[in-house]
Amino acid sequence: MSIQVENISKSYPKTLAVSDISFEVKEGELFGLIGPDGAGKTTLFRILTTVLLADEGKATVAGLDVIQDYKEIRKNIGYMPGKFSLYQDLTITENLNFFATIFGTTLEENYDLIKEIYIQIEPFKNRRAGALSGGMKQKLALCCALIHKPKILFLDEPTTGVDPVSRKEFWEMLKRLQKKGITILVSTPYMDEAALCDRIALIQKGQILKIDSPENIVSHYNKTIYKVRTKNKHQLILDLKKYPSHYSAFAFGEHVHYIDQNIHFDPTELEKYLKEQLHSEIDIAVAKTSIEDVFMDFTMLNQ
Amino acid sequence: MNQEKIISTQNLSKQFGHFTAVNNISFDVYKGEIFGFLGANGAGKTTAMKMLIGISKPTSGEALVAGFDVKHNAEMVKKNIGYMSQKFSMYDDLTIKENITFFGGIYGLNRNQIKEKTALLVSELGLENEINKLVGALPLGWKQKLSFSVALLHDPKIVFLDEPTGGVDPITRRQFWEMIYAQANKGTTIFVTTHYMDEAEYCDRVSIMVEGKIEALDAPKNLKQQYNVTSMNEVFLKLARNIE
Repeated sequence: MSIQVENISKSYPKTLAVSDISFEVKEGELFGLIGPDGAGKTTLFRILTTVLLADEGKATVAGLDVIQDYKEIRKNIGYMPGKFSLYQDLTITENLNFFATIFGTTLEENYDLIKEIYIQIEPFKNRRAGALSGGMKQKLALCCALIHKPKILFLDEPTTGVDPVSRKEFWEMLKRLQKKGITILVSTPYMDEAALCDRIALIQKGQILKIDSPENIVSHYNKTIYKVRTKNKHQLILDLKKYPSHYSAFAFGEHVHYIDQNIHFDPTELEKYLKEQLHSEIDIAVAKTSIEDVFMDFTMLNQ
Repeated sequence: MNQEKIISTQNLSKQFGHFTAVNNISFDVYKGEIFGFLGANGAGKTTAMKMLIGISKPTSGEALVAGFDVKHNAEMVKKNIGYMSQKFSMYDDLTIKENITFFGGIYGLNRNQIKEKTALLVSELGLENEINKLVGALPLGWKQKLSFSVALLHDPKIVFLDEPTGGVDPITRRQFWEMIYAQANKGTTIFVTTHYMDEAEYCDRVSIMVEGKIEALDAPKNLKQQYNVTSMNEVFLKLARNIE
């Protein structure tokens, strides 16, 4: 096992951040922690990267104990925190040299690993980190986290606030790093990124709701979701919520995803109801379940 | 849709030294419209938005927002718009009530108006029992809903939302959009930026900025048709090359 977490809990003075969490990440796996702001993802990252002590529980990283072997762990992991934490006053080159020196290596030694990412920021290598765009900062931070060829990479919300094009490129980069044998633990609030992980843990309010592969999470989901569309989306959501047997109704791209309480639900009845509510251009069909659908349902059941 | 223009820009540009951040953009936004303002990081969205809310002077071109010229009447623009961003919303160390009072005062409401608005706002949000709690103690989703309502305290014709739902959980994100819809139905224009492409689908019209220019502007349905794809995410990926 690359990462092993057993019954970890952590509280801050007024909040329970992580509550009795257990999971494992296999060697070479791309494992995603999927959950919103405040779910406890960052706390978990900080515990596993040995910068925060858990109140209870046990965790090992690369076979090493997070408390006893913390110094050894630090040599073996790369950590990219959610908040940009490089030196703003140092240039790209200076930041890279700084982190290389700390880990007793050089930029040249593991150049292979970072080459692909580094060449994208190389034209700006003499620019101070503070003056870089969001996307470039993200790439520099990833280079710094990789400079000592870590066995395990911890990426805490690397794509938050990043546009869809850059997000896509970033994930392609992660896939290539994984192929080079690096285990990756990554967190994200974007549900579409969950589908790109080998396995994911859905996390909310400090608790893990589910751990499995994205495919299994979707295929084991046993409710039928209907995608409904009419001319007026806002009114449609309001009216679906008034439908007597409704379970949930959520906007979903150009449709509204609707779940009924009744297993013998008849879409033609719903269509009739929507016509009575003066909707036009009504279209009801079975939708393909996504991770986001499942996550929302778990959230509702968890409240 | 009502054809009263709430934003009207003509050849709006902003240069920083030799770098053109916003390059000759011209577009109109109408009353009660939900307008999505999209683009890659660094495409010029923030710079354009700063000009529209009156905190950055255009290098050239014109823009009228809520009836006022951003170049010569920036203070009036600020008074007549609402603004909310993910980064700055409210003061964490003040209570809900104190925040409402503070922003009400900033927006020029008198004591009675503030009192009325406070009562209305907390009852709409169901926060009656939390009114004396510090804003910092609220979950992010509630903070966002509250700061949206605070941005509307002075009944502006238009509200600017800068990535209002970043990092928020999927259900809260959708509740937030239901608030947006309801407000637009009352006639308020909504100008919103987001990196969630499913949210782009919720807008009446969206524009996509690429390298300082508006490369596309239409209803999501028409854009998908035009680019022959099934989602706004694909439209975005086709249009917005990564530029840095």
